[in-house]
Amino acid sequence: MADVEGAAVPAVRLRQISKSFGAVRANDQIDLDIAPGTIHGIIGENGAGKSTLVSILYGFYTADSGTIEIDGELARIDKPADAIARGIGMVHQHFMLVPTFTVLENVMLGAEGGALLAQGAADVRAELLRLEQEHGLEVDPNALTGDLPVGLQQRVEILKALRRGARILILDEPTGVLTPAETEAMFAILRALRDSGVTILLITHKLGEVMAICDAVSVMRQGRMVGQRVPAQTSREELAELMVGRQVTLDAQPTEARPGAATLSVRDLSWRDANGAPRLRDVSLVLRAGEILGLAGVSGNGQSELLDVLAGLAPVQQGQIELAGRIIDATHPADPADMRQLGLAHVPEDRHRRALVLPFEARENAVLGYPKRLGSGPWARPTTMTEIAQPLMQGFDVRPPNPKLAARGFSGGNQQKLVLAREISAKPKVLLVGQPTRGVDIGAIEFIHAQLNAMKAEGCAILLVSVELDEIRGLSDRVAVMNAGAIVGTLDRQDATVQRLGLMMAGQAA
Amino acid sequence: MNTLPRWVEILLIPLINLSLALCVAGVVIALVGEDPIRALSVMLKGAFVFSGGLGYTLYYTTNFIFTGLAVAVAFHAMLFNIGGEGQTTLGGLGVALICLALGGVLPGGVVILFAIAGAAAFGALWALIPGWLQAYRGSHIVITTIMFNFIAAGLMVWLLSGILRGGNQGSPQTNVFAEETWLPRLHEIVRGLGFDAASSPLNLSFVLALLACVGVWLLIWRTKFGYNLRALGHAPDAAASAGVAVPRMVVIAMAISGALAGCMALNEILGVQHKLVLNFSAGYGFTGIAVALMGRNHPVGIVMASLLFGALYQGGTELDFEFTSITREMVLVVQGLIILFSGALAYMITPWLIRIFAKGATRA
Amino acid sequence: MLEGAAELWIDALRIADGTVRVAVPLILCAMAGLVSERSGIVDIGLEGKLLAGAFAAAAVASLTGSPWAGLGAALGVSAAFALLHGFAIITHRGEQIISGVAVNILAAGLTVVIGIALFRQGGQTPTLMPEQRFSPINLPGVESIGAIPWIGPLYAELISGHNLLVYVAFATVLGVWWMLYRTTFGLRLRAVGESPAAIDSAGVSVPWLRYRAVLIAGLLCGIAGAYLSTAHGSAFVRDMSAGKGFIALAAMILGKWRPGLAMVACLLFGFLETITPRLQGVEIPIIGEAPTALIPVLPYVFTVILLAGFFGRAVPPRALGTAYVKEH
Repeated sequence: MADVEGAAVPAVRLRQISKSFGAVRANDQIDLDIAPGTIHGIIGENGAGKSTLVSILYGFYTADSGTIEIDGELARIDKPADAIARGIGMVHQHFMLVPTFTVLENVMLGAEGGALLAQGAADVRAELLRLEQEHGLEVDPNALTGDLPVGLQQRVEILKALRRGARILILDEPTGVLTPAETEAMFAILRALRDSGVTILLITHKLGEVMAICDAVSVMRQGRMVGQRVPAQTSREELAELMVGRQVTLDAQPTEARPGAATLSVRDLSWRDANGAPRLRDVSLVLRAGEILGLAGVSGNGQSELLDVLAGLAPVQQGQIELAGRIIDATHPADPADMRQLGLAHVPEDRHRRALVLPFEARENAVLGYPKRLGSGPWARPTTMTEIAQPLMQGFDVRPPNPKLAARGFSGGNQQKLVLAREISAKPKVLLVGQPTRGVDIGAIEFIHAQLNAMKAEGCAILLVSVELDEIRGLSDRVAVMNAGAIVGTLDRQDATVQRLGLMMAGQAA
Repeated sequence: MNTLPRWVEILLIPLINLSLALCVAGVVIALVGEDPIRALSVMLKGAFVFSGGLGYTLYYTTNFIFTGLAVAVAFHAMLFNIGGEGQTTLGGLGVALICLALGGVLPGGVVILFAIAGAAAFGALWALIPGWLQAYRGSHIVITTIMFNFIAAGLMVWLLSGILRGGNQGSPQTNVFAEETWLPRLHEIVRGLGFDAASSPLNLSFVLALLACVGVWLLIWRTKFGYNLRALGHAPDAAASAGVAVPRMVVIAMAISGALAGCMALNEILGVQHKLVLNFSAGYGFTGIAVALMGRNHPVGIVMASLLFGALYQGGTELDFEFTSITREMVLVVQGLIILFSGALAYMITPWLIRIFAKGATRA
Repeated sequence: MLEGAAELWIDALRIADGTVRVAVPLILCAMAGLVSERSGIVDIGLEGKLLAGAFAAAAVASLTGSPWAGLGAALGVSAAFALLHGFAIITHRGEQIISGVAVNILAAGLTVVIGIALFRQGGQTPTLMPEQRFSPINLPGVESIGAIPWIGPLYAELISGHNLLVYVAFATVLGVWWMLYRTTFGLRLRAVGESPAAIDSAGVSVPWLRYRAVLIAGLLCGIAGAYLSTAHGSAFVRDMSAGKGFIALAAMILGKWRPGLAMVACLLFGFLETITPRLQGVEIPIIGEAPTALIPVLPYVFTVILLAGFFGRAVPPRALGTAYVKEH
């Protein structure tokens, strides 16, 4: 193992890095030292500021303040070209590859070695061969990049960076899209790279990975750096504690559950995306009246797809859904309007894209998806909308209580309250809730949690999808954990400890 | 969040864009060696003061209202219909077929009603196909509507030089329609009421255009359909989540847009020419884009912008008489500049204004 | 018998020759559109740039007496329009379609306004003298090779005897192909049209790449314009582009954004236009008299059918029509 404590000049030294987007402080006076030739993990929950930090290091954003030193030298990094010149390479969460290009072309892009391609191509081919032999990075240079499995595409990204002489390699959530086997293969590559002297920055929110591969780990929370540990001398529990932060726990008060009859049953639901990749695998679950079923998991493990299929946004391909006595399957499809008719309401994960029409006034948003509330017959009457929106906004404390204000003029929390008010006021039998408190201020979080509990008490069956484990644990009567499109297991509330959930999220059966 | 006051959005910005366009056009006029101020005053007199000038201005206005509304309705669904030319052309075909088939057979008023339906239906059809191709086959609506403009033009040449060509017509055009199917001229109506009015081609279709404005306003802002249309335009994913059948809406929105463009033929064919001729759309379909941009896709704004363009067109013809170096094509230049400033460079001016008004707000 | 065949051969060569002449501006504009669209920028302003180029070429050739000065003016004016388009959509992230429409309308207006101001001939330029135009070039050995039966006429009629810009057009196809697939600039150009984020992350400037693409498109349209008014024709007349920019756009789509195929599509459209007068009054079995009036419509019909995916799929560059904005 590389020497973490060594007195060597740090490969990367960040001092007092701050960056704000509007009112959001994404990075707040971050200090970070990364020893050369090590794999350094940066962990934190979604929105903790990890991606912003490395984007600053790679020159995608410029920090509002603070300094960057590379190999002990003060570096000014305003654009990716500066970072590349300093020997920094980055593998983005969403690959920066041209799908219609061959691997060779993608690897060449930006450093072609002359005005004519032929000159550089031979060099690149030779270098690819060398890198392949040195690090086991095997990939066919003539393959069309878009046709490669994601694991290989990622390899192309790494090759791209190495070929441009990267000595510091940043990987942003590299395993989010990989299967366990691909992850193992990638880790082997990373270890080999480290042993050849490359410094690696691994951004992740998976504790297991950090423990498995990192030489050191820094923990971020809400834009701040909250601690640094050596994996061998720490535990998952400690890291989880640091990530979540005890002092800011916003545990909702669990309420008594009196589950009734099954309202929504899902049986053997499987679903593939447009590329044919399986996103849901034989998902079965039962949702009872008067309970909250939490759905935990690392984002990207099928939760979003499950919500889409249940809400009628994506067609059922295989398996079936039973709702209010109706069977929905491949031959009996239902669109979102049908699902609403059957008593299902949906608070989508992506509020800005899916739940609201941002340029619409609050009153117009208060009736979105409920045509009957617009007015009688074919008409849409603004006064009717106001009459509906006003009590909703008051009841849910939406501020400012101005039904004529465009939705984009409200804060995240107030937008979410408006969405929740709209969906809850339909008195649904089933409520699907995705990331109810993402981007929501603390005051509104408590309010939203209380509303969900109130719905439960009234006998609504709620499916709660959240990446916030505290939220899941605080609200749910049962917790199902998803991994790679399948439900790994279901725990009762009292058994759903962070540790157990974490293991299940990593794919271990309950 | 930086937002501008409403009056800035709907009044000041269009005015700034118009002024910029006029300034640049003024520079062109000066370079050509004429006096821009005199040119402007000639145009204004020609548009509003000279006898019959106002009638002509409103006659042009009618065309712009229809094509502007057509662009606007599609735009509310985030669809770019630049096929107004072709849809208008087809609308004219609809009018002609009805009038030639039924003129003299049925009472004039009834034929006119059918002709209105024909114009709308044919225009709708010509927009519906690109709409369908976009919604269900993924073809880009901008390209298909452009192609449909040319296909319509070719179709018209073929028909008018062939089966539709009037027996005693030397040039490619149909026979003249039965006189009772002609839309009444407004100056005749006014004179009938005992007032004096100068002759102009202004006809009843102007009233139809205004009714269409009311109709579009009701449709977009007062019906569930319009609500869904706007939701789709602003946020297609949210609309889908809300249960809007997106592909079907795209097709219907295009059909309505095309029907409005088709109705422009009522003014030109049923109101003025009384026969189907080639190229009567004469670029009005494209100008509809400028009208919708300036009018911010709202019927009131579209009426104002149409009036502006109507005045420019009518005033522009006056340029031909008064000047030797500048002609009505100057209007095309102004029109191009307006599209440039209020459309393509729309984001150039707003940040400035936002900064100015933000400063004002902090000082206040 | 042999004599009849020889006559047919000459006739075919004449049609091919006509096809080439008509196709030249289409080819140049299609290449312009191709370079622009491959970089992710929709260019429906080809028509306007072609028109402006044609006017500038004829006007300056007429004023200076030099076709070369005319060509230079065409290049400059067309490039200026191209840069205006670039300024609106690259720098200010304006709507690409609207900007293209503005270019077309501005060109239509300005050419007539300035034309009348300069020449007072109703928007036309004076007819150019032969020395003010690009005249046909006889390739070496026309005399001797032309005498050879069969091959001779092919050389004399079809290959030799065109003006310089015709050869430039075909060289452009080769050049664009070479540039796209053999040079670093081409690689980056194709990349920026597919995935501007990849280019940005590779440390290459997205706007600078796109500006260069737009500029190339402008220059090519300028050559096409000069061809129309100072090589193929001998004066500028109003609206002389007559939809050629749009036909070129159609050809580019039909050619699936590839230089060779786009050229073939242009030649096909040129062929259709060339044979139209010959089909006048020709009886076709079943259909009756050939509907020659409908032939000009065929390019557009083909394009619509292709776009609808009924024969093969034309996949445009993925980032086409969208401004590049960094996400966060």
